[in-house]
Amino acid sequence: MLQSKSFMKMTRHGRAVKVVREHYLRDDIYCGVQYCKVCDTKDARLGSSESTILVVDTNVILHQIDLLENPAMDDVVVLDVVMEEVKNKNLSVYNRLKALCTSSQRKFFIFYNEYHKDTYVKQMVGETSNDRNDRAIRVATQWYQNHLAGSSRVLLITNDRENKRKAIEEGLSAETVESYVKSLGQPGLLDLVVVSSSEDVNVMEVEETRPSKRKAIYSEHKPMSEITHGLHRGIYHQGKLRVNRYNPFEAYVGSESIGDEIIIYGRSNMNRAFDGDIVAVELLPQDQWHDVKKLSIEDEGKDEEEGVHLVPGSADDAPRGTVPSAVPSETMNSTSCRPSGKVIGIIKRNWQSYCGSLEPMSMPAGDGGVAYALFISKDRRIPKIRIQTRQLGNLLNKRIIVAVDSWDCLSRYPSGHYVRTIGNIGDKKTEDEVILIENDINSRPFSMQVLACLPPLPWNLSPEDLMNPNRVDLRHVRVFSVDPPGCTDIDDALHCTSLSNGNFEVGVHIADVTNFVHPETPLDKEASQRGTSVYLVDRRIDMLPKPLTEDICSLRSDVERLAFSVIWEITPQAEITSTRYTKSVIKSCAALSYVEAQARMDDSRLMDPLTTDLRNLNSLAKIMRQRRIERGALTLASAEVKFQIDTETHDPLDIGIYQIREANQMIEEFMLAANISVAEKILKHFPLCSLLRRHPSPTKDMLEPLLRITASIGLDLDVSSSKALADSLDHAVGEDPYFNKLIRILATRCMTQAVYFCSGDLSPQEFHHYGLAAPLYTHFTSPIRRYADVIVHRLLAAALGISKLPPVFLDRNQLTSVSDNLNYRHRNAQMASRASVELNTVIYFRKRPTDTEARIVKIRANGFIVFVPKFGIEGPVYLVKRGEKSDWLVDEANQRVTKAGSGVNYRVLQAVKIHMEVVEHQPNRPKLELTLI
Amino acid sequence: MEYVKLSGFRLDGRRPTEMRHIHAEVGAVANADGSASFEMGNTKVIAAVYGPKEVENKGQQIGNKALVRCEYSMANFSTGDRARRPKGDRRSTELSLVIRQTMEACILTHLMPRSQIDIYVQVLQADGGTRSACINAATLALADAGIPMCDLVTSCAAGYLNSTPLLDLNYLEDSAGGPDVTVGLLSKLDKVTLLQMDAKLPLDIFENVMQLAIEGCKAIANLIRQVLLENTKKLEYLRGT
Repeated sequence: MLQSKSFMKMTRHGRAVKVVREHYLRDDIYCGVQYCKVCDTKDARLGSSESTILVVDTNVILHQIDLLENPAMDDVVVLDVVMEEVKNKNLSVYNRLKALCTSSQRKFFIFYNEYHKDTYVKQMVGETSNDRNDRAIRVATQWYQNHLAGSSRVLLITNDRENKRKAIEEGLSAETVESYVKSLGQPGLLDLVVVSSSEDVNVMEVEETRPSKRKAIYSEHKPMSEITHGLHRGIYHQGKLRVNRYNPFEAYVGSESIGDEIIIYGRSNMNRAFDGDIVAVELLPQDQWHDVKKLSIEDEGKDEEEGVHLVPGSADDAPRGTVPSAVPSETMNSTSCRPSGKVIGIIKRNWQSYCGSLEPMSMPAGDGGVAYALFISKDRRIPKIRIQTRQLGNLLNKRIIVAVDSWDCLSRYPSGHYVRTIGNIGDKKTEDEVILIENDINSRPFSMQVLACLPPLPWNLSPEDLMNPNRVDLRHVRVFSVDPPGCTDIDDALHCTSLSNGNFEVGVHIADVTNFVHPETPLDKEASQRGTSVYLVDRRIDMLPKPLTEDICSLRSDVERLAFSVIWEITPQAEITSTRYTKSVIKSCAALSYVEAQARMDDSRLMDPLTTDLRNLNSLAKIMRQRRIERGALTLASAEVKFQIDTETHDPLDIGIYQIREANQMIEEFMLAANISVAEKILKHFPLCSLLRRHPSPTKDMLEPLLRITASIGLDLDVSSSKALADSLDHAVGEDPYFNKLIRILATRCMTQAVYFCSGDLSPQEFHHYGLAAPLYTHFTSPIRRYADVIVHRLLAAALGISKLPPVFLDRNQLTSVSDNLNYRHRNAQMASRASVELNTVIYFRKRPTDTEARIVKIRANGFIVFVPKFGIEGPVYLVKRGEKSDWLVDEANQRVTKAGSGVNYRVLQAVKIHMEVVEHQPNRPKLELTLI
Repeated sequence: MEYVKLSGFRLDGRRPTEMRHIHAEVGAVANADGSASFEMGNTKVIAAVYGPKEVENKGQQIGNKALVRCEYSMANFSTGDRARRPKGDRRSTELSLVIRQTMEACILTHLMPRSQIDIYVQVLQADGGTRSACINAATLALADAGIPMCDLVTSCAAGYLNSTPLLDLNYLEDSAGGPDVTVGLLSKLDKVTLLQMDAKLPLDIFENVMQLAIEGCKAIANLIRQVLLENTKKLEYLRGT
């Protein structure tokens, strides 16, 4: 099969080295056309006889990937040379292209022209590699044309004029993307076409009627060579740009060379950088560090309003406090404030597609013509995007997805193109979809390959499972589960029996998911990609297919289920004397809800064995909890809300703070204990490749906002350690009962988020879990809804010698990337749940304007931010109307605003009465507004 | 990095289970008692065998069997950068030892007591898989020298990249840092005389990779037999009988 070989020369970085590589040309590469009589058509996927075979060039793929993803584009030949070029230029487009080529629904075929004996092209002397590749594309197209010999049309799609001209000279048919799409006669498709740069000139000419537009709004990016040079010399700093979630005019660049975050204020300093871009930053002169900030707040900050949103769960969600505001005036010009800078170049773009809607605008006169519209992303960090559309009327009230193509320094906004429509604005289904897309959550149904990995239904306990020497039969034990009402994915159950020596045997039984999800299967890969189940207010997006989540793995009552158990012997003083881990078979006798469990424990007349077990567990849990708190675990409060959803309309009927009962705390306590026990066990056996969870201690400036508030009301918090913080939180008792809870809620949002990590990546001191005050922690107890637990189950099974360690654990990099993905997914899932609650809050208040009590948590120049305890939301209350001059004075030290010339003042933590109502300032864009009464 | 493309092509156009082009020739060094050159793609090796002869250093003489010595070296010009290679560095010492042990396993040393066999292997051009190429060249040279052997040892390497077992890694694939399993096989006896790997690999995957390398060894053995047969025919023709 080896036909011949030729040599290629390359030079590598720095020194010129001659590299000789073999290149085998072959005759067993087929054209991939189904009706081809010459070729092997086993893997063929290209179309029927009357269709046109498209050959696309690299730039078409790089720029028009959204178009190619549209099902209207099919029968596409992707040449190997094109694949390689795409890979080198843009990895994310490459991955999308790969997905297209492997998808069974699409007719995309990779033709390995570089390895085919007839289509391999050698670089000629004096020919650039670009020209060579273009020629290779033409030669391959020619080959297709001759090979198919007129049985179907072969069309080269290229936007490169030169290439097109040469192709036509060589007797090929070639067209530009636009003209091809036009010939298809689907006007909707044309919106997907990215306007090529040559036609951009026309756009500019149109705009020239408004001369002000022509002047450069942003400064030119520095050329790459200058940036590299500057980075080397330390003039510029490189880092990832992160835009403040709450103020899109403020961004941070974490720079290693400076060891601190550089703040970038204002769009012109951001200089066309997007969130997530890798940028090069130049520091501004120190005397400008402050002015810039003031300017940005007054100039641009104003037209951005803050919306009502949920209370942030941790410091990562909360807006970063601008630290210098607390600095007294005499130190204002000292170096204590953070460095600010401006972006001078973008090293790597992080352009994605964004969800949002078009800015309301009047329809242009000529119907059906091309219109320019501004797109507003739902993600506030993204600037408005200018798009060109032919279906403006259709899109105005729709949620759409738009991708960014370019942003030159002459235009205020980046230009992009329409990708697809999600649905009507305000429609609940659409908005849910938007939440999922924004948070990169895969809500597609599971594929056939994944479902094929499931055991046949109905699943029953098989004799083999009972015969397995590694599996202990615990069906005779009185096991029960306690979960939120209506829970269908029960992954934990407990038992508690008194032993003859006065001790208790307590078992935590976790659904044995790894018995069904085997490593490296499509099911496992899918679960590892999804990472976690996502809980929206009225919907759950599962990590594992429904039969597993709700039936086979769910530890429901009165059915035999497989479990992974941690069994302790515990003294009445709640000391663990021994720990045992085993796979088991259990039969739960009752699936209780928290309310039921609590009612049983509280009802003194009930003396049945199950209730006794519950009481025993509860008394143990209380001791364990107390001990944990003494060790310094933080009792943090959150304002979690619960909706009652109408079963018919799926609209929220009632809203309230989620109540935490003793029963919740009891279950939590044993789950924590199980997680800690498992963490110890797996780390002992696999010190380098365990998946653990850590919670880093908050840094000083994370706690800053909290300290500022407490200092203003004369409360002294000790934040030196978690123990000290816990103690001082206990002592923070104000005049009213809610005060302590409020302080705790404020403390919670100063914390970092706990993260998964691979134990080989960090030193043991860093394993610490701050919030739980535990040296080791992991997740073991919810394998149905978290992939981390699945990994930990496999580790534990391997530690017990029950199964082999899957190969992923041997490769530390791979494990690290798995844990990074889990953190990413976990965070996205949380963001999605929050967004879903926010969405439902707005829907709820739409019909019910409410008066309620709120607490001031932050003082602003034109008002303050209040927290509404009853509904767990937070939002701004304006004392001054927009555009009016503020006559309120802010007193930073005492956190207080005073009206000039009158005694009226508001201070932080003060209770105020507010009115909540949904208003629609703009059609179809309802907003929850808070006003003072 | 992607070493195996979507439909299974490797970077140089081979499929995962394909070997590079092999070219073997007997008689590359006229002075030697037996010699051969062996090429696998761009890897090019010559081997020369002297002996059996009297032991040079009497102290090393073994009473009941022959002394086998091996010297492996790499030409300065064998790689892209023309670095001076000191003789007897760790890598070449190790390779010399590996080759000697592999060859000793098939030479019927007990038939030649108190004698010495010298094997010299030199890499003229290196592009991955030198170890295997050296062993194959040495086998050919030993056969050419007429040294009694129980079977032909052949060697082939296989690796594991992008979750695919790959036969006969070239330099590019070799430097990917994945596992590289080198197998030396007595193909007729079906016995493994050399098995080397310096990475971790789960057992079931390792078995697949090793099986692939063994297949490779068998294919090389067939080729070497053919080369020897043709060489013999040629010698027969030259003798004119």
